[in-house]
Amino acid sequence: MNRVVITGMGIWSCLGVTLDEVRQSLYEGKSGIIKSQERMDAGFRSPFTANVPRPDLKPFIGRNQRQFMPEEAQYAYMATKDALEAAHLDQDYIDSHEVGIIYGNDSVAEATMIALDKFRGCGSTAACGSGAIFQSMNSTVTMNLACLFHLKGINLTASAACASGSQSIGLGALLIRNGLQECVVCGGAQEANMYGVASFDGIQSFALNDEAVKASRPFDRDRNGLVPGGGAATVILESYESAVRRGAPILAEIIGWGFSGNGDHISTPNVAGPARSLELCLKDAGIAPTEIGYVNAHATSTKIGDAREAQAIAQIFGDYKVPVTSTKSQTGHEMWMAGASEIIYSMLMMKNGFIAGNVNFENPDEETSCINVLGETKEIAFNQFLSNSFGFGGTNSTLIVKNL
Amino acid sequence: MTRNEIIEQVNELLAGEFEVEVSDITPEANIKETLSLDSLSLVDMVALLQVNYKVTIPVAELHKIQSFNDLYDYIEQHIPA
Repeated sequence: MNRVVITGMGIWSCLGVTLDEVRQSLYEGKSGIIKSQERMDAGFRSPFTANVPRPDLKPFIGRNQRQFMPEEAQYAYMATKDALEAAHLDQDYIDSHEVGIIYGNDSVAEATMIALDKFRGCGSTAACGSGAIFQSMNSTVTMNLACLFHLKGINLTASAACASGSQSIGLGALLIRNGLQECVVCGGAQEANMYGVASFDGIQSFALNDEAVKASRPFDRDRNGLVPGGGAATVILESYESAVRRGAPILAEIIGWGFSGNGDHISTPNVAGPARSLELCLKDAGIAPTEIGYVNAHATSTKIGDAREAQAIAQIFGDYKVPVTSTKSQTGHEMWMAGASEIIYSMLMMKNGFIAGNVNFENPDEETSCINVLGETKEIAFNQFLSNSFGFGGTNSTLIVKNL
Repeated sequence: MTRNEIIEQVNELLAGEFEVEVSDITPEANIKETLSLDSLSLVDMVALLQVNYKVTIPVAELHKIQSFNDLYDYIEQHIPA
C-alpha cells in the first residue's frame, strides 16, 4: 500500500483566489456572501449567493479552446494551474509521466440552457455552437483540464451531489494507495450562476435573512437554509515515493477515506448514514477519534441537515468534545466543490495553527448543542483533521488528513 | 442591407468572436486561416451568422466559401429581406 500525500493546492473561491487571500479571510471570519439584485429581480425566494469573481483566461488559453469551457471549468483551470505550480509539476514532467485527474462536478445548467435556447430560437442544432456539447456534460471539467494540461492518466468525473469533491479525493487516494496511479489531480468545481441553483431555491432550501453576512449560520439556533456558493478547488495527490523522488513539497497525508449511503430519503439525511461514514473513515485511518484535532463539518445551515450531522459527530466522538466548525458560514455551500475546498480550508488552518470560527454561531439548539462548535477563530495547533461531505440521495464521504 | 454594410458588420462580428483585428480581414483572405478555424470552430461561424442574420449555411455549401468575399456573397444572396 502506498502512502498518499498532498503536494499542491489551488483555489478559486469567494474568500480569495490565492491561498494567502483565503487563509487571511478564514482567519478574519470574512464572509463571501452577498445579496444579489439579479436573483431578486429574477424571482428567487432567497437573494443570497457567494461573490465569486470570474477569471480572465485569455492570457492562458486560446479562443477555440475556451469555447469548450463553461464557468466551472474556468474556475477549475485557475485552481489547477496554481496547484500544479505549487506541486512543482511542470509540463515536461506531466508529458513524460502518467498524471490523472478525478474532479467533482454535478451540473452545467447555465451553459446547457444557453445552448438549447439558441437551438430553440433558431430551429437549428448548429446554432448551439461548437462548444455546447463539451460545455454541457457533467464531465466538462475533467475533459477540458485533461486536454489543456495534457494529462494522460485516469480521466474521471465524480458526480455525487454535494459529496462530489470529497469523493474525487477519496477515489484519487484509493488509486494511488493501490499503485494504479502515481499522481492524480483531484478537486471539485461548482457553477455560481443563478440558473444552476434556481430549482434548488424553488424547494425552499435557501436562507432568508435581513443581512447577507448573517444568512449562512450552520449549527446556530436561528438557521433557516443554505446560501449557494461556487468556484473550484484542486489538490494534487501523489504517492509519497513519487513526491520524495521529485523533491516535491509534501504538505500532508490522506490517511483515511470513509463513505456510505443512507439508502433513505432523497433530501432528508439521517444519522446512521453519516455516522457510518465517519466510523469507516476512522477505521480506514487506523486512529481513535481523540486523535482528531478538528472537524470541518458538512453543515450547510439547514435545520435538519446540521442537526443530523451534529448527532452523528456526537455519536462517533462520544465524550471527546472535538472542535467543530463549518466554513460554509463564510463561503455558503460550495456544493460539488465543497468536499475539495474544505480540505484546502482545513489545510490552511492546520498549516497556520488556527481554527476559523463558525461565523454566526450564536446559540445552539437542542439538537446541535451536543457538539463543540467554535464560534470565534482560535489559535489552536492540530495535526489531524476530519472533513465531512454529504449529498442528496444520501451519499456520504469523509476524509482524514494528517499534517506532515 | 448594402454589401458595404454587410462587410463592415460581418468583419466586426467575426473579429470580435474569433479575437483577431478587423484589419486582419481582407476580402481575398482565406477565412479558416485568418480566423484560425478548425472543423469545430467553423461551426461557431455558421452559428454566429445564423443567430445574427438568420442565414443558414448548409454543410454542402460550406466548402465553397473559402474567402471573405465568398462569405459576403453568400450572405448577400441569402439574407432574409
